[in-house]
Amino acid sequence: MKKFVLKRFLQMALVWILVSMFAFAIIYFAPGDPLYMYMTPGATGHKLTEAELQAMRESLGLTGNVFQQYAAWAQKMMHGNWGISIQTKENVLSLILGKLPCTMGLMGASMVLSLIIAIPLGLIAGTHKNKLSDNIISALTYVGVSMPAFWLGIMLVIIFSMQLQWLPSSGMRSIGVNTTWDLVKHAIMPSIVLSMNNMAVFVRYIRSNTITQMEEEYVLTAVSKGISKKGIMYGQVLKNCMLPVITVVGSRFGTLVTGSFIVESVFNWPGLGTLAMSAINNRDYPVVMGITMFSCTILLLGNFLADILYGFADPRIKIGKE
Amino acid sequence: MSHLLEVKDLKVSYHSYAGEVQSVRGVNFTVDTGESVAIVGESGCGKSVTAKTIMGLIQTPPGEIKKGSQILFEGKNLLDMNEKEWQAYRGSDCAIVFQDALAALNPTLTIGRQITEKIMIHTDMNKEDAMKEAERLLTLVGIPNPAKRLKQYPHEFSGGMRQRAMIAIALACQPKLLIADEPTTALDVTIQADIIDLLKDLQKEFQMAVIMITHDLGIVADIATKIVVMYAGKVVETGSNYDVFYNPRHPYTQALLRAVPRLDVEEDQELESIEGTPPNMIAPPAGCAFCTRCKHCMKICQKMEPPTYEFEDGHTAQCWLYHEYAQK
Ligand SMILES: Nc1ncnc2c1ncn2[C@@H]1O[C@H](COP(=O)(O)OP(=O)(O)OP(=O)(O)O)[C@@H](O)[C@H]1O
Ligand SMILES: [Mg+2]
Repeated sequence: MKKFVLKRFLQMALVWILVSMFAFAIIYFAPGDPLYMYMTPGATGHKLTEAELQAMRESLGLTGNVFQQYAAWAQKMMHGNWGISIQTKENVLSLILGKLPCTMGLMGASMVLSLIIAIPLGLIAGTHKNKLSDNIISALTYVGVSMPAFWLGIMLVIIFSMQLQWLPSSGMRSIGVNTTWDLVKHAIMPSIVLSMNNMAVFVRYIRSNTITQMEEEYVLTAVSKGISKKGIMYGQVLKNCMLPVITVVGSRFGTLVTGSFIVESVFNWPGLGTLAMSAINNRDYPVVMGITMFSCTILLLGNFLADILYGFADPRIKIGKE
Repeated sequence: MSHLLEVKDLKVSYHSYAGEVQSVRGVNFTVDTGESVAIVGESGCGKSVTAKTIMGLIQTPPGEIKKGSQILFEGKNLLDMNEKEWQAYRGSDCAIVFQDALAALNPTLTIGRQITEKIMIHTDMNKEDAMKEAERLLTLVGIPNPAKRLKQYPHEFSGGMRQRAMIAIALACQPKLLIADEPTTALDVTIQADIIDLLKDLQKEFQMAVIMITHDLGIVADIATKIVVMYAGKVVETGSNYDVFYNPRHPYTQALLRAVPRLDVEEDQELESIEGTPPNMIAPPAGCAFCTRCKHCMKICQKMEPPTYEFEDGHTAQCWLYHEYAQK
């Protein structure tokens, strides 16, 4: 167990470092300038001189080539210094942690939602292969994977906010209202949109898994013992179908992160995604880097936890002993 | 005289994209209480399909059990039973042991659970009693340390031990008929002999009827009282162990026996393989299915199916050579 964890942590550290390099390079070479807002006379009507801009660049660590800048960033990171936002001058880590609960809540809700719906649908489709119910469910999953999140979000807003006026179209809370119900009402549509893609993937995965499991020979043995169809489904097949789903859930955290960026923008959800979007638009490099690396960490930990959990759940894998 | 099991004119097909695969094309044989019957024949001749049909394991579709087929178990036609009756029959009257125990056991359930679940369906034992019974069964099939083994998963067993566990599951609830479909093919030779000895002992001890399906004529000679030889979905010869080995009637059986060395002959033997391949089961020939490979093939063999001829003591063969007009 110790050995396994150690090995995985080393792997994760390597991935983390590579991701940080790529992300840094992409941001560095992307067009745009974080000081753009100071170069045009905006609302302030104040335009900085070339010398002032240069001084500012130096103070923000924006001078030198990509290697020097990366080295500077990495050095700070090693001391736990995530940097300061160019836009708001706030500490990047506290900015992220401040937005985290909103995003985590949304991701958690959508993950739970997609599993609650996908598990029964996948099992029904798998056990009724090529029958009507399977065809309907499979067709729906195609719709689910191919529907763009922003489009679905806008459609829901048009129907449920503008036409029916049942649900609020944006934000997380109504001003002046502080009830759980209000929060839930705001969260319904974003969670649905964010869960759609994963739901479709889970249904397809559970369906095909159920079909392969039902064709395994141990099912024949179970039948030959005189166990009923239902007994075989719940007592034998279900567990074997669901075990690998743990790993798939772990691997879907990536979609969840990118999905939340889009969903949060559409619904103006005050989470990490909204923060990331505004940081990208304003070339707020430290914040973009911070969010990228934070998401990367969540992703790696998600996969790691899924593997550990799988190891405990499946008797054939022995990471628990040794 | 009534038989424990009587298979009458059993025909089973599989429907595939290429057409209807006629896996079993009219099989007849009987099994008596306590008797041990071996079914032999080349790969693909329909042995496993026959066994699965007796257990009610054929999925329809793609499978189809043709009308007019009958499988009488203690006089009752199994093919008329509803699902509830099948469930009661499976496991308690008849049990099956498959070739590959690793695939046939559920990888994520303990051996104990896989034995007790069967016991608890067919008896009203509680979990504790069922566990004790499972422990007794593991001891019976020669698995050391049964209490500990019950808590283990199939992958923690060696191949031979796994097959023993499989046999223990089959033995639970004392079935009257045990079908073993190539139970030793996946095992090492030395372990094969142990498993066969075990089956022989158990059969004697419980007066259990056994259908042993195998390619291995050595096993057949060792365990069977009666032999059923199958070719291309049909039974071509049946008879007692002695009759079939010493006086084979069908050219296919004769060829099979020439393909294995005899232990009772001292001098050098020439082994012959059977030339050619079995017929396509999607379009089986009109006449005898063996005629293209048969040394004694006559005109009639290609045109009409041979009837079944009976010799001394229930020894039968499906072959035109035994027609009264055939040249001897
Ligand atoms: N599920 C299935 N779908 C389609 N065809 C099948 C199926 N099961 C068996 N068959 C066909 O039925 C025929 C008989 O198969 P069977 O498994 O009974 O052979 P066997 O005598 O047991 O051979 P072996 O010694 O290799 O086990 C084969 O031609 C096979 O292709
Ligand atoms: Mg077979």
